[in-house]
Amino acid sequence: MTAELLVFFLLAALSVAGAVSLIFQKHPIHSALSLIVVMVALAGLYLLMGAEFVAAVQIIVYGGAIMVLFVFVIMLLNAGLEEHTSESKLAGFPGILLALALMGFVATTLARSAGSFVSSATDGGKIVANLSSTRQLSTMIFKDFVYPFELTSFLILIAILGAIVLAQRES
Amino acid sequence: MFPTPDDFYRVLPEVLWCGFGTLLMLLQPFFKSRQFFTAVAAIAALAGTACSVVAGAFPGPGFNGLIQSDPYSTFFHLLVGLVAFLVVLAAGPYLDRENLPAAEFYALVLFATAGMGVLAGAQELLTAFVGLEMSSIASYVLAGFRRDSLKSGESALKYFLLGSFATAFFLYGIALVYGATGTTQLDKMFAADPHSSLLKLGFAMILIGLGFKVAAAPFQIWTPDVYEGAPTPVTALFSAGPKAGAFALLLRIFATVPAATHLWFWAFWILAVLTMFAGNLGALVQTNIKRLLAYSSIAHAGYILVAFASVTYLGNNLSDGAGPAYAAILFYLVSYALVKIGAFTIVSQIGGTGEKHLALDDYAGLGQRQPWIAATLSLFLLSLLGLPITAGFFGKLYIFKAAVDSHLIWLAVIMAVNSTIGAYYYFRLIVIMYMREPNAEISAAPLVAFPFSIVVVLVITAIATVALGVAPNPILRFILDPALIGNLR
Repeated sequence: MTAELLVFFLLAALSVAGAVSLIFQKHPIHSALSLIVVMVALAGLYLLMGAEFVAAVQIIVYGGAIMVLFVFVIMLLNAGLEEHTSESKLAGFPGILLALALMGFVATTLARSAGSFVSSATDGGKIVANLSSTRQLSTMIFKDFVYPFELTSFLILIAILGAIVLAQRES
Repeated sequence: MFPTPDDFYRVLPEVLWCGFGTLLMLLQPFFKSRQFFTAVAAIAALAGTACSVVAGAFPGPGFNGLIQSDPYSTFFHLLVGLVAFLVVLAAGPYLDRENLPAAEFYALVLFATAGMGVLAGAQELLTAFVGLEMSSIASYVLAGFRRDSLKSGESALKYFLLGSFATAFFLYGIALVYGATGTTQLDKMFAADPHSSLLKLGFAMILIGLGFKVAAAPFQIWTPDVYEGAPTPVTALFSAGPKAGAFALLLRIFATVPAATHLWFWAFWILAVLTMFAGNLGALVQTNIKRLLAYSSIAHAGYILVAFASVTYLGNNLSDGAGPAYAAILFYLVSYALVKIGAFTIVSQIGGTGEKHLALDDYAGLGQRQPWIAATLSLFLLSLLGLPITAGFFGKLYIFKAAVDSHLIWLAVIMAVNSTIGAYYYFRLIVIMYMREPNAEISAAPLVAFPFSIVVVLVITAIATVALGVAPNPILRFILDPALIGNLR
């Protein structure tokens, strides 16, 4: 087992553990802190794949800005322990079974087709272009994918407008 | 490669809709008049719709193949633009009545329309994803626009949570398809191995995500609650616009990618049958008109999926007999969108301030009290049912014919059975309007006013419903074009 593989499994286990903890924690602050673990572990995974820009953005935007917002909102609302309804337990049993079935199905499919992954960066398993480098990424965003990139700015505008509409004070 | 001017002409409708949406936000602090914002938004909707023709005059792929300008995308741009125009007009009196901010409302409607336009032209999955999100996020906010109403909040929250879940499926599907093919561009997937299980899983996830957006069973649970709680003009938009956009993308995916064809026949077959029964059986027991029309929406999505089963059965070849099946889907979407907007506009007016009068019993005696309105609503209901001289008749006929022509006899039989079930609840409402005596409260209430802009919407939708039911040929000639979908192999 190479060191790279070892780091991969360590980070993967960390992110899965963080995600599970995020769901099972009773207090919103604990859930938010678990989410930070997930974000940072994912950033490590991106770095492992050579995507240093995505990894940095993941830390700065998700691990930093977004999480601070989360924690602020939880503090401002003074949110306490979660309340559980009795129905959710009834729905939980088949739900967990179905989720496990889906997970197993997706995992087996991915494992069975491990050899057939195609990427525009590889040619028969040989890496021809490092698409995840920052230079490549910026060329892709501002040349090839400029249209959806600009549309995304409108998407953010819609979200801001929506937040203002739903949260503004009654006039 | 950098974008050329032609690329911008190809997305002119979206540019206009987004631009005018932003303009409305900038004008909001300076103008108080609701009529002014209605006028600006109506002009914006029409201008974008007119520019669909300009976009159509530059056929071919744009932005390195991210979008495709062809008669198919022109058709859907015209449809969602018209839907936006009608919803803008229909919403005016409603905004006054409920004292809601007009500029923000219209800006969201225009942004949502731009998103649907992107869906209509997208031939690359990430672009389609951004379009889908633009239309969805604007929809979530519009559903919760009546902030003082608990039902409206419930509607927005349910739509948002379940919609985000569906979007996650869609996005995961894109990732898997990329893993299997090395591209997100639909027209570059022709070389993909159709037996790759990774590709199948990816398309299945995409199907789940879009199935949610078009309210196909078993992903339809949200529909009645969301349609009931959202402001009625917004419900009119939901039942016509986002549905058309999602169906447009679904059809383009399953028409363009060879690996996504024959294999999916049974998936569409099962979805169609489940959706038809879920919609029609659910509608039987409803006493609230918005819920009734929501279940009828589900049923109609089922009929459209019958044509999808027929398209995939025929192997998607336009020149090889699948053309009429494509035409059936497009024609059905137009006829259905017009009728649903007309019906919801009437429901919105009769609902009154605070949407108090939504029970079927509130329609008792409408035939005597307001004969014109009752007659128009009956026309829409008959079109939903699919009786002759209405657009719904030809819509159903073409889908039925497509199913029979591709030897899907059982599917055609199930569709006929469902249409018969549908007759019960559509006729029940007509019977209530014409045969039942109104109770004392309704007889004492003044007649419901129908302002000018509402009358315009009703006249346009009613005339179009009859016109398409008498002379469907002009539209059919347009959509039976062999070059309908430009990127077909």
